[in-house]
Amino acid sequence: MADSRLSEIIRANEADILSSWMSSQLQSLVTRRELLSEADLHRESRDFLAALSRAASQGGVVEITSPSYAAVRDFLASLSASRARQGFSPSETATFVFSLKQPLFTQIRKSTTDVHALADETWAATVLLDKLGLFTAEMFQKTREQLIITQQQEMLELSTPVVTLWKGILALPLIGTLDSARTQVVMENLLQRIVETGSAIAILDITGVPTVDTLVAQHLLKTVAAARLMGADCIISGIRPQIAQTIVHLGVELNTVTTKATLADAFAVALKRLDLRVTNGQAATAAPAPAPARAANGAAETTGV
Amino acid sequence: MERIPILKMGRFLLVSIQVDMHDRLALQLQDDLTTRIAETGAQGVLIDISALEMVDSFIGRMLGNIAAMSSVLDARTVVVGMRPAVAITLVELGMSLPGVQTALDIEKGMELLAAVSG
Repeated sequence: MADSRLSEIIRANEADILSSWMSSQLQSLVTRRELLSEADLHRESRDFLAALSRAASQGGVVEITSPSYAAVRDFLASLSASRARQGFSPSETATFVFSLKQPLFTQIRKSTTDVHALADETWAATVLLDKLGLFTAEMFQKTREQLIITQQQEMLELSTPVVTLWKGILALPLIGTLDSARTQVVMENLLQRIVETGSAIAILDITGVPTVDTLVAQHLLKTVAAARLMGADCIISGIRPQIAQTIVHLGVELNTVTTKATLADAFAVALKRLDLRVTNGQAATAAPAPAPARAANGAAETTGV
Repeated sequence: MERIPILKMGRFLLVSIQVDMHDRLALQLQDDLTTRIAETGAQGVLIDISALEMVDSFIGRMLGNIAAMSSVLDARTVVVGMRPAVAITLVELGMSLPGVQTALDIEKGMELLAAVSG
């Protein structure tokens, strides 16, 4: 196929191919016009056609992994990456390459009258464009995977906040499935905050954990054990009825840990352990309270006993 | 040969581990500590490991052993100031030291000792 006339044909009829290719692309992208302007598409198409013609003249028309196709590959990689970020679908992105077939075949047909030469030339062009199209789809997929990995990491960092509920009381609202990687992050964050704040009580709230299986329970117990080694007590809260049933069915032993149904219950236990009390502002005023410093709004106050 | 000092504070003994533990040092500490508990009739032992950066299963087991031995000699053991990395390592090694009481720092450890030993 080294003597293919593809590059010659493209060069000779570049303007014709470009205009009919543009119109076929604009037709298929009719719903996506807001994402991509016609001028941009025209520029991209022209650049691609030029790169393709150069590559075909140097490196034949079959092997797209050869160095002469490096420019074409780079162009398609950056194109599919930008399409992936803009929210195009894989087939819309691959159509960029595949829609070139028809205008190209038209020009090939015009260029020769020999049936055998026509068939050979068409076949070579088909193979080339298929490979380029598949390459584009593959690059598209890669960009999407990269996006997913980045988002996963961001979620991991976002999803494990340790909040201080009161002096000496930390809360860790867990959202999402608890796998080994997340447990590690959760554990490290929690222990670090325990050191920083000197908190003796940590509440693990699992309201946002969709399912608790033996592995998740084991991860929870590990976190509790590590916190205990450092001298902090853990309370597990937010256990939904279904999860309580699952835990018992699975035979998971949570006897060593204090468990509460809601975060409020757990907070109440924590306050009690620290010998703190929440009182109603009016009741406290009515009773001759010994504590002189009270919260200004009087809604809730905490008094050491 | 280097030794870990054991200080007497009232009814309690205070051990502060400031160097990297190696196996012989750990055994020496075990030996010294049981001797001191027997001599002084101490009611509690406070072990500060806030400077300890590395643990292995042997050191973990030794902490558990010291607590168990002290308990036989009628002294409570409280381990204080464990670093996060050390805690995670011990848990990953499967040693959650169930017989050892813990506290965040020396102050809280002393309060705990005073509370449990009456």
